Amino acid sequence: MSASAIATSRVCPATGRRIFRQAEGLIRANAVVAVVSLLIGAIAALLLVLTRWQAVHLLPATWYYRLLGVHGMNMLIFFIIYFEMAVLWFAATVLLNARPAAPRFGWFNFGTMLVGTLMVEWAQWSGNADVLFTSYPPLKAHPVFYLGVILFAVGALLVTAQFFATLVIAKRERTYEGSVPLVVYGAITAAIIAVITLVHGALVYIPTFLWSIGLTGPVDPQVYRMLWWALGHSSQQINVAAMVAIWYMLGGLTVGAVVLNEKVSRTAFVLYILFISMASAHHLLVDPGFSPAWKIVNTSYFMYMAVLASMVHGFTVPAGIELGMRLRGFTSGLFGWLRRAPWGDPGFSSLVLSVIVFGFVGGITGVTLGTEQINIIAHNTMRIPGHFHSTVVSGTALAFMGATYYLLPLIFRRKVAFWPLARIQPYLFSGGLLLLVMGMTFAGSFGVPRRHWDISFSQAPFDVPFNPAVDLFLAVMGIGGILAVTGALIFIAIAVKSVFFGEPVHDIPRGAPVRGLPAGLTNPPVHAANVDEINEQLHAPARGIAGATPGTLVLVAVFLLAFMLYYFTNWKLLSFLWKIG
Amino acid sequence: MLTKVHTGLDPVPGVWWKPAHKAEKVWVAIAFAWCMVLFAMMPLWHYRGGQNPAGVRGKVDPEAFYARTQEFAAQYQIGADRGIPIVKPPPGADVYLVGLTYSWYPILQLEAGKEYMLHISSKDVNHGFSLFPLNVNFQVVPGYDYALRVTPTTSGDFRIICNEFCGIGHHMMVGRVIVTDGDGTPVADNPNAQVESGGPQ
Ligand code: HEM
Ligand SMILES: [Cu+2]
Ligand SMILES: [Cu+2]
Repeated sequence: MSASAIATSRVCPATGRRIFRQAEGLIRANAVVAVVSLLIGAIAALLLVLTRWQAVHLLPATWYYRLLGVHGMNMLIFFIIYFEMAVLWFAATVLLNARPAAPRFGWFNFGTMLVGTLMVEWAQWSGNADVLFTSYPPLKAHPVFYLGVILFAVGALLVTAQFFATLVIAKRERTYEGSVPLVVYGAITAAIIAVITLVHGALVYIPTFLWSIGLTGPVDPQVYRMLWWALGHSSQQINVAAMVAIWYMLGGLTVGAVVLNEKVSRTAFVLYILFISMASAHHLLVDPGFSPAWKIVNTSYFMYMAVLASMVHGFTVPAGIELGMRLRGFTSGLFGWLRRAPWGDPGFSSLVLSVIVFGFVGGITGVTLGTEQINIIAHNTMRIPGHFHSTVVSGTALAFMGATYYLLPLIFRRKVAFWPLARIQPYLFSGGLLLLVMGMTFAGSFGVPRRHWDISFSQAPFDVPFNPAVDLFLAVMGIGGILAVTGALIFIAIAVKSVFFGEPVHDIPRGAPVRGLPAGLTNPPVHAANVDEINEQLHAPARGIAGATPGTLVLVAVFLLAFMLYYFTNWKLLSFLWKIG
Repeated sequence: MLTKVHTGLDPVPGVWWKPAHKAEKVWVAIAFAWCMVLFAMMPLWHYRGGQNPAGVRGKVDPEAFYARTQEFAAQYQIGADRGIPIVKPPPGADVYLVGLTYSWYPILQLEAGKEYMLHISSKDVNHGFSLFPLNVNFQVVPGYDYALRVTPTTSGDFRIICNEFCGIGHHMMVGRVIVTDGDGTPVADNPNAQVESGGPQ
């Protein structure tokens, strides 16, 4: 290590990794803007949910639609992508002990993204982009809106390029031995998908921008929908890859979760990349522009190979946790490892809740709704926001929150503020979302549309008398939404207080729990010296298939049964409809 | 055979391609088989099932489609409700429905058990066809004609909700479909969809 590297970096007291100040600054800046976006999105969420709860019906129509656009952009695009930029910098520099490639250029790109963000915010709040975040033409927004999105995307694309450059530096300067850790491998997956996604973004937004300033003719609405969703859904695959990488990271930090088999986990990541451009199709299943054959091949990502990947991670992540716990001596029974897990560590509870809700609710509903014919009874109903609030919100966003509880002491070197609240925050957020998701999903099953200001249809020419049960479901959604927003606001308060006014962390004491420090840091989950031997015994062929991780086998069996039940129930419901074809 | 115990945060030896444990192999095999079932269900339903978003699809000029719909409405009009023509095409006919900000045009009166070729398109922006209370949904894209073979199997008084955001009046956009039973008697036997006035004539 050269003298200059020592001057511009420090050694992490908990993990012994070298952290470069320039990288640290970029991670902080991106994380701070992510949290600000989350705040804007959460306030909008509260107002939206109180409007969709028909008994409350808070906002006037204009503001409902305007804030729906604001919520979509700030949450799905700004909060998530700024956080991902932080994750990319973190994975390439901190996890690999490497210096960041061209940090000044990194700040330039961050600035570009920020300018783009402010342009979009201006256009939306001033009522110049009341087109929702999908902005389907021929609906037209102010050119500043499209230009803002383009600047944001270009900035993100260049940061992704810097991520790859940093990997090259790390390799060349031999900052690690062998192959990159699995977590970094997951981040690489996310970054590759990000490149593909952002290229689609350029394909769709540049012509739309030119059209909005009157330079070119109209954009074909169907082609736009296809390209837009190649951006809009592929970016969800970035989120999934980043989330799974964080699952592996939090598993390692909180309970010493092990990687069962690198080949299996890494192959699953590759599957995400291979079929990613097909992801747009499940948004177009009941669109007029595409043939059934095209829809079937594409919606299934070529025979459900991305689903296979998620089902693999859905096994290896809990199995890794189980094995990690067993190797540390928590061996009793099928689920002793779960009972003895650190449920008060918000990093761990976020991880587990994220895995469970993403898998059981998000995964199952997603595959079902994305089935060509079943989409007929789901498209644009409340079942859709019901689905994605269980994936990108209680899956990805919650995983990001869990990671933050570790990044605060490790990167920001602050104790986690409001510690007792931090311990319950994941439960509050996830529990609220579960109610929100169930309310939305059941309301949607009765045909309640998404993106709709008034389902009492008071200004419509004909009445639409929904089943009274719908009122109940919307109330459940409303209460869940209030709880979830409270959880999000608590998270924001914790993050802001910790970063700007938090108690500094100089070194991390080991052994006893410390208020404001997650248990994985004060009591690191170290494995015994003879851990390889114990591992060998657990894997002995004589112990059979249930050998090392019997509890997880039970869990995935339950999962598969729930999946089958939900999937075939939907086919049954579909079969009651009129004949259509 | 086993990799050394390590977490996802640790770099691993250059060669990480090691055989997996039986439990993982079995799970991957089961998951793969399930994925094949998921995949097979869709083509299977095209052969055996009654509900498919297939139809006949083509491009069309939005204005031309609107003109064709007006012609169709004039040809088969039997009445009007709230200024919108009620149109009763013969079974088997090509039926036209257009979405325009912020209404569905015209009102259709169909006969249960008969097949129609329902053409749906838009005159201006994207709309969403959502048949209430059945919850049948299709995307309506300007410039594209989505022609679906439809056989109503239940009679009653139905609504069409717009479920794609189409502008500030989006929530006012509701249309109407009436399905009479075999004798041609108008029925409004759907307790969820009574009309307040101007029933079928
Ligand atoms: C904090 C708790 C949250 C609550 C209570 C909430 C609630 C809602 C509600 C009520 C809607 C409107 C549904 C409709 O009327 O069609 C909505 C839409 C949406 N939400 Fe959230 N949300 C939350 C967090 C998030 C997060 C964290 C994300 C993304 C990471 C997100 C992404 C979206 C998107 C993409 C839409 C669709 C916007 C559109 O249709 O244009 N939400 N949310
Ligand atoms: Cu999608
Ligand atoms: Cu509409």
